[in-house]
Amino acid sequence: MVSIGAQAELGYPEKEELKFGFIKLTDMAPIAIAYEKGYFEDEGLYVTIEAQANWKVLLDGVIDGRLDGAHMLAGQPIAATIGYGTEAHIITPFSMDLNGNAITVSNDVWAKMKPNIAKQADGKPVHPIKADALKPVVDSYTQAGKPFNMGMVFPVSTHNYELRYWLAAGGIHPGYYAPHKGDTSGQIDAQALLSVTPPPQMPSTLEAGTIYGYCVGEPWNQQAVFKGIGVPVVTDYEIWKDNPEKVFGITAEFAEKYPNTTIRLTRALIRAAKWLDDNNNANRPEAVKILSQSNYVGADYDVIANSMTGTFEYEKGDKRSVPDFNVFFRHNATYPYYSDAIWYLTQMRRWGQIADDKPDTWYKDVAAKVYRPDIYAKAAKSLIADKLISAESFPNFETETGFKQPQTHFIDDIVYDGSKPNAYINSFAIGLKQGERL
Amino acid sequence: MSSISSLENAELSKGKLQSMFAQILASSKVLLLPLVGISCFLLVWAITANSINTSLGKFPGPVAVLTQFDNLYQEHVTERQKAQAFYERQHKRNADRVAKDPSYQAKVRPYTGKETFWDQIVTSLITVMSGFGLAAFLAIPLGILMGLNASVQAAINPIIQLFKPVSPLAWLPLVTMVVSGVYVSADPIVAKSFINSMLTVTLCSVWPMIINTAIGVSRIDQDLLNVSQVLRLSTWTHIKKIVLPASVPMIFTGMRLSLGVAWMVLIAAEMLAQNPGLGKFVWDEFQNGSSESLSRIMAAVLVIGFIGFLLDRGVLAVQRWASWEKH
Repeated sequence: MVSIGAQAELGYPEKEELKFGFIKLTDMAPIAIAYEKGYFEDEGLYVTIEAQANWKVLLDGVIDGRLDGAHMLAGQPIAATIGYGTEAHIITPFSMDLNGNAITVSNDVWAKMKPNIAKQADGKPVHPIKADALKPVVDSYTQAGKPFNMGMVFPVSTHNYELRYWLAAGGIHPGYYAPHKGDTSGQIDAQALLSVTPPPQMPSTLEAGTIYGYCVGEPWNQQAVFKGIGVPVVTDYEIWKDNPEKVFGITAEFAEKYPNTTIRLTRALIRAAKWLDDNNNANRPEAVKILSQSNYVGADYDVIANSMTGTFEYEKGDKRSVPDFNVFFRHNATYPYYSDAIWYLTQMRRWGQIADDKPDTWYKDVAAKVYRPDIYAKAAKSLIADKLISAESFPNFETETGFKQPQTHFIDDIVYDGSKPNAYINSFAIGLKQGERL
Repeated sequence: MSSISSLENAELSKGKLQSMFAQILASSKVLLLPLVGISCFLLVWAITANSINTSLGKFPGPVAVLTQFDNLYQEHVTERQKAQAFYERQHKRNADRVAKDPSYQAKVRPYTGKETFWDQIVTSLITVMSGFGLAAFLAIPLGILMGLNASVQAAINPIIQLFKPVSPLAWLPLVTMVVSGVYVSADPIVAKSFINSMLTVTLCSVWPMIINTAIGVSRIDQDLLNVSQVLRLSTWTHIKKIVLPASVPMIFTGMRLSLGVAWMVLIAAEMLAQNPGLGKFVWDEFQNGSSESLSRIMAAVLVIGFIGFLLDRGVLAVQRWASWEKH
């Protein structure tokens, strides 16, 4: 128990009863932990946590005020702010986690891919598996006149961009969007046809043969292994090491109207994220137990534990150690970096969701409109002042620019420098380049 | 009944025997046959469930569902204990704050934890009754007006015929958008989700009631109408003394149909919009995809069916009571 009085300068929350939405995925953990461990209550916040049917319902809920905030795809606040889809000014004071997704293909596709993958000494496939191994399979479908369908969770989801990134890196065209022509299917020129499927329905859709593969967060990849209906081939950690995944989104109006509430909920979430990563993931088993409750993620303990406790099972029996598969606090995972927002914008431009060229400054401006490290810093500083978390756990707020050093760990070895978005867009073989318009 | 031969030795007159026999036969019709039916159903269910393999394990049989009912009850009890602790913490926090800041008006906030299965049942019942009540309030006067006046009927009929077949799920997005646009308040008395579900239920259950009421009113015996004309009853008295009593059966037929529709619609609406209630319970469990999900959904299905049955019987009971009143 922490007394609220300790941060007299912070002031009481203006709005005490809040409702947060989430989608049943393990990376909603910080919200569940902040509730169950009493971190919200420590801030004087009475929070109701409510599962939502799908990302669209969740976003609309936050926009129309039915929800005060939500666990969101990093692309959602950005897309909403630039008006792709529903237009609304949504901000992010807190980034929820790194990594946590994977790409799964059906058993049949896996059997066809396997001959194209190099083997280790023990006969297991060499990882990371690139989409080059999938290309002959997609080509054979195309020649037979069959569309190669894959699922992802939302047009502006991390999963969509990761799946596209992985496919394109292996020479498979995932298709363009052309919103200015009213074509938002994302299947123009596509060799692999991507469409939206809600996460919990991924395994059953794969089983039904509607899609041959998908990109989704946990527990829905491990679920496919457990049920024997598919094989995860690559984690997003291998596609882009330590990529930002979910964010906590609130409306700009909410943050303006209730500044103390905003800082306090950010504090609670930071504490929860820290708890999740404390002592080298020592609390993860307890976290998994909480998440397996039917009102949170609700999947079986074993399924959630598979990835949350630092391992990941690819083929049945091929369990490998991926200690950073779910990162909630290490590596400054909770800090909303501008460069993370800009990466999403570059991918929106690459695939045509942003139809026209934009100057580098525009990317920076949009990122600064959506990602709010200033709110994060206020929350973090008050936590440091309260001696709840040490200053070393956070970036140095005096010198932090919001841009990560150029990042090198991509599956195709292309370097990403957030300060030069247009140059980055031009470095891809597949994708729209500067000056191109469909 | 093989026991009859042994009864011949007893000192029972033939008449008594016959009457007993008749009684047993009658009571067996009431009790025995339904029991036989239910047992057969349980048997078939248990056997088929065992041979259906889904990706979430076997389809739940009767035993699994029964276990879930117990689990759901246990969860309810635990949640209540958590709620108790929540209130105690809150009370302490409020007291601390008042001690620091005497001007603070302590407010007790309702428990924020998860809704249990039993909470969801109550929520659904309240929603369906509100939606249905509102529909009745709108439909019955309109139906009477249409039944009395052929011109009104001709004018309104096409609209009703157009909207009657519309699925509740088509209304839902419209209702949601309109409610979120119109029903704006910082501290709403009732939740938006409740209004959404309720209005969707109303929109779907209003039509059978209007139609049946109108038919009932327009088919009143000509003799009764003549009586009313001879007595020169005012319109209001005419409706009260002649129209209503004569059309009660049809109004209630409409109400029974409507309530059935309302209950069905509500579950669908709750599933789609994730509004609190049994529908949400089912959808959440489906999304959970745990090894217990299917048996929990099956438990909910049985409860939904049973409540639907009770609602129907309820309207029937009210109808009987209302028609007794009139005679």
